[in-house]
Amino acid sequence: MAAATRPPNRPPTREIDEQTDIGEVYMRSLLRAQLRRGLTVLAVVALFLAALPLLFTVEPRLASVRILTVPLPWLLLGVTIYPLLLAASWWLVRAAERTERDFAELVERN
Amino acid sequence: MVSTDTAAWPAVLSVILVAVATLGVGAVGLRLSRTTSDFYVASRMIGPRWNASAICGEYLSAASFLGVAGLVLTFGVDILWYPVGYTAGYLVLLALVAAPLRRSGAYTLPDFAEIRLASRTVRRLASMLVVGIGWLYLLPQFQGAGLALRTVTGAPRWVGALVVGVVVMLNVVAGGMRSVTFVQAFQFWLKLTAIAVPVLILAVAWQSDGAPDPSRPQPPTVREATTVRVPDTVRLRVDEAVPVTMRGTLDGVRVDGPVVLETGRRVVEGGSEVTLPAGSVVPHVESVRAADGATWSQPLAGAGGRDHPTYRLYSLLLALFFGTMGLPHVLVRFYTNPDGRAARRTTLVVIGLLGAFYVFTPFYGAMGRIYAPDLLLTGRTDAVVLLLPSRMLPEPWATGVSMLLVAGAFAAFLSTSSGLTVSVAGVLSQDLLRGRLRSTVRGFRLGAVLAVAVPIVLSFATLRTSLADTVGLAFAVAASTFCPLLVLGIWWRGLTKAGAVAGLVVGGSLASGAVLWTIVFGARFTDAATSVGSSPGLLGALLAQPAAWTVPTAFAVMVGVSLLTRRSVPKSVGRTMVRLHTPERLVLDRGPSRREP
Repeated sequence: MAAATRPPNRPPTREIDEQTDIGEVYMRSLLRAQLRRGLTVLAVVALFLAALPLLFTVEPRLASVRILTVPLPWLLLGVTIYPLLLAASWWLVRAAERTERDFAELVERN
Repeated sequence: MVSTDTAAWPAVLSVILVAVATLGVGAVGLRLSRTTSDFYVASRMIGPRWNASAICGEYLSAASFLGVAGLVLTFGVDILWYPVGYTAGYLVLLALVAAPLRRSGAYTLPDFAEIRLASRTVRRLASMLVVGIGWLYLLPQFQGAGLALRTVTGAPRWVGALVVGVVVMLNVVAGGMRSVTFVQAFQFWLKLTAIAVPVLILAVAWQSDGAPDPSRPQPPTVREATTVRVPDTVRLRVDEAVPVTMRGTLDGVRVDGPVVLETGRRVVEGGSEVTLPAGSVVPHVESVRAADGATWSQPLAGAGGRDHPTYRLYSLLLALFFGTMGLPHVLVRFYTNPDGRAARRTTLVVIGLLGAFYVFTPFYGAMGRIYAPDLLLTGRTDAVVLLLPSRMLPEPWATGVSMLLVAGAFAAFLSTSSGLTVSVAGVLSQDLLRGRLRSTVRGFRLGAVLAVAVPIVLSFATLRTSLADTVGLAFAVAASTFCPLLVLGIWWRGLTKAGAVAGLVVGGSLASGAVLWTIVFGARFTDAATSVGSSPGLLGALLAQPAAWTVPTAFAVMVGVSLLTRRSVPKSVGRTMVRLHTPERLVLDRGPSRREP
């Protein structure tokens, strides 16, 4: 008899389709996870990029350091920065795909 | 004795080869493209690697291939932020836009606006912005083509613009997007080869020359006697009197023979020839201050004499960061991915490929400071990439390398213009010509003709702005309009139609107002290609790099007006969010799917 008072066991996909409060919770958690990660990565990269020119203004002697005849600012801005951007993007793609996999497993269970 | 002349025929041959190859690869694609959907988005059957090559092929424009090196020659290390920004823009795209945009099922930016906000008004506004940004971005491509062809063959400027225009039109009109995808991918690899291989050869020549330091203390001096042709009248700032041989008109007086350029301002009329003796300091165009090596290689030191370098740098970075996602020719490529996951992976590959390209470009600017500083006299520094082989290499190396660079440059003009033409034509035919023509394919073709013709005509008017700077302005407009629309539309349920309209109108008019002022009036203050925003003072800087104040304003207006009209949030928003953010393999109700165009 207790089973009759419990809400029927509905799959989460149906909650989302019917836009119930529970469905909204699923959607909001997905959006929040993706957005938070995206903004965090962007903030870290932006801070790093914005700090670089200031670094050389605050400490001008760094600008005259040379590595294999190339001045440090040229090396950092011209070469090193690209692998860093690529690494950040790679991590972002992996993490976003993992979040989507977890979300799919969550809403597909019965 | 060196001069700016090189033999014309190898360059012409190069241009012809690139044009024929482009049309040839396009024709292969044409056999495969038969339906309207093929025309617009290549039926969404293209894998991440192809797609990423195509995106890069389309993205690496004249500004990247020629413009960055030219600006490095003048302004030094600060310019390295341009390519960094061009690349980092894709990180923003990846983090916030790529997958949801693909999942929205939109073909174009106006489609996205309509899907998200269910409003024809927003759609129409977005269409007008796509066309405006497209034309602004096409303009420097045609200007660059004219400049490049004149540099290597001496042909009048309109010839290059016309050649590129005709090839693009044939290609787009015949093949649509599918053929363009093959062409773009091919052109990326051509461009990467064309920028990378010459670096290796030029580096060997530089080493065997004793590796002179580009950042050596003195201001730029010519190493050998150098004859400079002055095609358009220039005002020079002479810091140190130079004895020259001249044929032409100096300060309104006809000169034919030796003369001393005294310190101060000098006017050299178009058509003159100036021969600088070996070892003389190069007089700069008035808009550019001569910089010693330390200033040139130190960040934010203000080399080249633009005021407010810190504001300009950060504002530019903001424009490039947030502008990339709003470039119509970039976004249209994302619809050719099979799903959201592929869209993300494509973006990742793009970031890798762009980095591989951009590590090579600054080298040309640095070499230019040693081997082609005379460009600072005419201000046409965009030519430096094409000029270096003849300055640094013996024959036949010089001709071979030069041919490769010309091929790369024309690939850059062709691919970027093709991509822009497809997107502008798509929007023109879907939104502005719709209903006036019976077949969509005919509409697309008419759109393509319009898309190319307007900027070509504009490019005949001599606008004296450098390639990379004009492109920067297109980024600023995109960042002030489509960036808030996309970011808020994808992540914020509260966006309303009224908010979107207000944000697009305010952001769009502020940014394009600043851009127009800079292009039309900014050039009055100066003479040369390096002149964007050389109009004096803080106001000049604010208008030349408007993103720092227009982007936040556009966001604020869009959010503010949406909050005021929050009752009119579209009812479909919940369903739209499901469509934008959930992986495709989940069986969910995503609302009605869009008709194919």
